[in-house]
Amino acid sequence: MSVFLPETILNWLPDTIQLFYLVATAFFIRGVKLLNSPGTARKGNQFAAIGMMIGVLVTLFDQNIVEFELIIGGIVIGGLIGLLLAKKVQMTSMPELVAVFNGFGGAASALVAWGELARKPEILSFDTTGLVSIGLSVFIGALTFTGSFIAFGKLSGFISGNAITFPGLNMINIGAMIATLGLIGYFAFDPTNSTLFWVILGISLLVGVTSVIPIGGADMPVVISLLNSYSGIAAAMAGFVLQNNLLIVSGALVGAAGLILTNIMCKAMNRSLSNVIFGSFGGVAGGSAGIRDGDKNVHETSAEDLAIQVAYASKVVIVPGYGLAVAQAQHIVKEVATKLESRGVQVKYGIHPVAGRMPGHMNVLLAEADVPYDLLKDMDEINPEFTTTDVVLIIGANDVVNPLAKTDPTGPIYGMPILNVDDAKRTVVFKRSLSVGYAGVDNPLFYAEKNQMFFGDAKKSLQALNEALNEV
Amino acid sequence: MEVDLTLLLFIFVLASFIGFELISKVPPTLHTPLMSGANAISGITIVGALIVAGSLGNPLGKWIGFAAIILATINVVGGFMVTDRMLEMFKKKEDEK
Repeated sequence: MSVFLPETILNWLPDTIQLFYLVATAFFIRGVKLLNSPGTARKGNQFAAIGMMIGVLVTLFDQNIVEFELIIGGIVIGGLIGLLLAKKVQMTSMPELVAVFNGFGGAASALVAWGELARKPEILSFDTTGLVSIGLSVFIGALTFTGSFIAFGKLSGFISGNAITFPGLNMINIGAMIATLGLIGYFAFDPTNSTLFWVILGISLLVGVTSVIPIGGADMPVVISLLNSYSGIAAAMAGFVLQNNLLIVSGALVGAAGLILTNIMCKAMNRSLSNVIFGSFGGVAGGSAGIRDGDKNVHETSAEDLAIQVAYASKVVIVPGYGLAVAQAQHIVKEVATKLESRGVQVKYGIHPVAGRMPGHMNVLLAEADVPYDLLKDMDEINPEFTTTDVVLIIGANDVVNPLAKTDPTGPIYGMPILNVDDAKRTVVFKRSLSVGYAGVDNPLFYAEKNQMFFGDAKKSLQALNEALNEV
Repeated sequence: MEVDLTLLLFIFVLASFIGFELISKVPPTLHTPLMSGANAISGITIVGALIVAGSLGNPLGKWIGFAAIILATINVVGGFMVTDRMLEMFKKKEDEK
């Protein structure tokens, strides 16, 4: 686009572009900051989008860019696909979508580095820094790409959510990563050896697969968050290849912010990052372990029984979990809650930090079902309220209400903060069976004297309860 | 424009520190949108893709750049829009009360 500008401006153009990049960076930083709190988050996202728009528009004036057919074509195709995906996706599939976008971002950075290498007619025109940056960008970008798609596969059920691993796999992965770094160094000395480039690309793609596949399905959100951090670093590396400040700054920003966010999520799950990556811990919720102790008794309830209990209660707390998200029962929960409220029952929702399929996911799902935001209570807010609660409806949640987290120091979930539902007068667990949760431990709450089990699919059970409420 | 490597490293490291400082006490409610928003920003690699696809050179390199533009644009457009869709749902509820 620079051809449209008068000669006098052309002299200033490179500096002007840099200044606009600085403005774009400021928008990114401000945007991420605003994304930190609920009141300003939407504005923050818009700030970041404006920053991106500035960055793209200004780049079009770069004097090196002389052909626009591919650019226009690429933006139109990519824009339409992105638009469609963003509009059509179900909120329950949010984790999968983020994984897919993330994979594309990583792949794009690897392609930028590869394209730059292929585009330059003389490979020796790259200096050592350029070649190392190309190698790193391809490595991290390709790893992010395949890793994200394995994560997507695990979340959507194409690939078993269980930890697929064998002894020594972690060591092999670490070895392969170190070997790749060595190869990148070698590539910088011998750039004409194109086999080297293909080997680096090949190993990187493979390592993405083998390092994500041993991680359990329930840990995928943390993995995606970490891979998101990687895709930022890959973008920064591509920035080193092109000597582009905007790429370096924004890439580093996302890389670091993603790492911190990953850490916050790990803390919410009471796990360390290395435990998530190397621990091979747990699969998806479910399984069919059944009752392991024959002499333990559970009290079963029916829709009609439960309808009477909740209809005449004064305060009901709903604890939604992963199972509710899977059954897509968030709308019917809202209907039941509305019916109870119209009878004068006080209804609140207790949300554990890791409820849903990724941290914060449950809040998004309930918001989509029009549940008022102020009824969603964080764990710290709702815990003191259980003592005055008549009935707690636990729908598709298990480990987050397991008292063993407080009482069994040897158990795998010991120390995880839980919702103290056993303080309430009565608890009702909506669940298909008595199977263990993803942590693989039995839940004594199911057998407690004041607990009742409502067996069945969460959505069907709630529909039955909803109809039964009409009869009360 | 020739830039010296130390300067680029300087920028990289300082920007990383800003990134570490930016995310502080995020409420769990915002984990999902924040992740998807940060993800959209990592699509900044689109700027690099534009340069690769639009500059003169070997056609193979330019077509690779073209593929990069498509993927990066999906990441950017999709990422920002879906984040906005999520945050809009929160916003709506707060306005009503």
